[in-house]
Amino acid sequence: MNIEIEELAKEFGTTRALHPVSLSIPSGALVALLGPSGSGKTTLLRILGGLEFPTSGRVLFGGQDATGLSVQKRRAGFVFQSYALFRHMTVFENIAYGLRARPRKERPTEAEIGRRVNRLLDLIQLPDIGARYPNQLSGGQRQRVALARALAIEPRMLLLDEPFGALDAKVRKELRQGLREIHDRTGLSTVFVTHDQEEAMELADLVVVMSMGRIEQVGKPAEIRANPATDFVRTFTAA
Amino acid sequence: MSDIALSRPVPVTTEPPFARYALIGLAVVFVALFLFAPLVTVFAEALAEGWRGVVAALSLPDAQAAIRMTLTIAAIAVPLNAVFGLAAAWAIAKFDFRGKAFLITLIDLPFSVSPVVAGLMLVLLFGANSLLGAWLIANDMRIVFAFPGILLATLFVTFPFVARELIPVMIEQGRAEEEAALTLGASGWRTFFTVTLPNIRWALLYGVLLCNARAMGEFGAVAVVSGKIRGQTATMPTMVEMFYNEYLSVAAFTLAAVLAMLALLTLLLKSLLEWRHADLLAATRRH
Repeated sequence: MNIEIEELAKEFGTTRALHPVSLSIPSGALVALLGPSGSGKTTLLRILGGLEFPTSGRVLFGGQDATGLSVQKRRAGFVFQSYALFRHMTVFENIAYGLRARPRKERPTEAEIGRRVNRLLDLIQLPDIGARYPNQLSGGQRQRVALARALAIEPRMLLLDEPFGALDAKVRKELRQGLREIHDRTGLSTVFVTHDQEEAMELADLVVVMSMGRIEQVGKPAEIRANPATDFVRTFTAA
Repeated sequence: MSDIALSRPVPVTTEPPFARYALIGLAVVFVALFLFAPLVTVFAEALAEGWRGVVAALSLPDAQAAIRMTLTIAAIAVPLNAVFGLAAAWAIAKFDFRGKAFLITLIDLPFSVSPVVAGLMLVLLFGANSLLGAWLIANDMRIVFAFPGILLATLFVTFPFVARELIPVMIEQGRAEEEAALTLGASGWRTFFTVTLPNIRWALLYGVLLCNARAMGEFGAVAVVSGKIRGQTATMPTMVEMFYNEYLSVAAFTLAAVLAMLALLTLLLKSLLEWRHADLLAATRRH
């Protein structure tokens, strides 16, 4: 599903987190929002997910206006920075949460929930951890469980906030590959936020460089490297 | 690694033995003198005339009325303050709004105001000499020197316990898990009952137990508001005082012992719950 962002702005009190920005995300693309902290990238992601609402501007999902759509109705799979797994539930229950939260008519049967959760555990290559609690998992495992939980609701898009932020370099490399594979297999439009230019360049089809609440440049990694549009992009991507 | 484990254990303390024993001894003496001795005294004094005395004291109508009054007040005040405290903590920990600092100060007010002053405040507000009080009495609604007054005084004094216990826990846990539940399609209520509440249940339990202990033990505010009318508005703590002032020491200490046992019972309940859910507690704790 393609995502259109039209003249989106966000103010928190008197501070402007986002100047009017426009962006077009083609269906099935893997997009990186790249920028330093305070650049507005997380705000933009949270607006897409329905966790914040813009001061002005519009968001369109597949051509339909979704600006005022509630967070529950967006069906956006969201992976949080520190994963936000439900610590009092097992991995199985974490992944099943979104299915159980559905209204009775649309809720799958218990057997069907079990099948789906197990299929997702296979997809993240952790088939045997269903009975464990989040604090019994490594950082990398938690991240993959968070991804499975987001995928369980059959989302229309995937949104990830610094998905590799809290991990060491080796695990980071593996999980990058994992995200790429899952993206390619599901074909979901995916947007992830990162401050790591290497990560953005290596993983994304399309990189959106942001600074001070503005979009500095949008392009394929190679284009951005070859022709940085502004001084900021040049210095930031050279780092 | 194994050679480290095999090496002789190094003592963690460097103090000479006499200093260590002196410090431990001091702690034991302190605990015995200030915690155990009073508790033992209460039970010893209650049993000064044997079980007969205890039974006789407990069959006094005034004592029974006081026990009934205290249990009724706690049964109403504790659930109400659990709900109020939960609502206040939730608002403070999960939302940003104007006047938040003021609200936190307001929640602490009952801790900083002397209970006697709190009781007096209620008497001045609802007593016969105030406009509101006169109107209430004219319409046959008695607040002061009656059950509603005691309830209001207890609610006021015990308000901070649940909120105080919950606010730091809820702030530490942040909003991410709730937000995750919302993105997964859960409604606000479902998020509250399946994510927020399970995460704070232990803090909530401690808050409720503390609140309960204070609700049953409150003296100052209740003494002022209730007027201490025997058999009608006397609670256990105020009745203990009245018995004692009348040199009915067995009755006073028996009632005090019942109060102490109620407190010990709540502690036992807490330990029991902790012991039964020890594995779950360990699994869900972050650190």
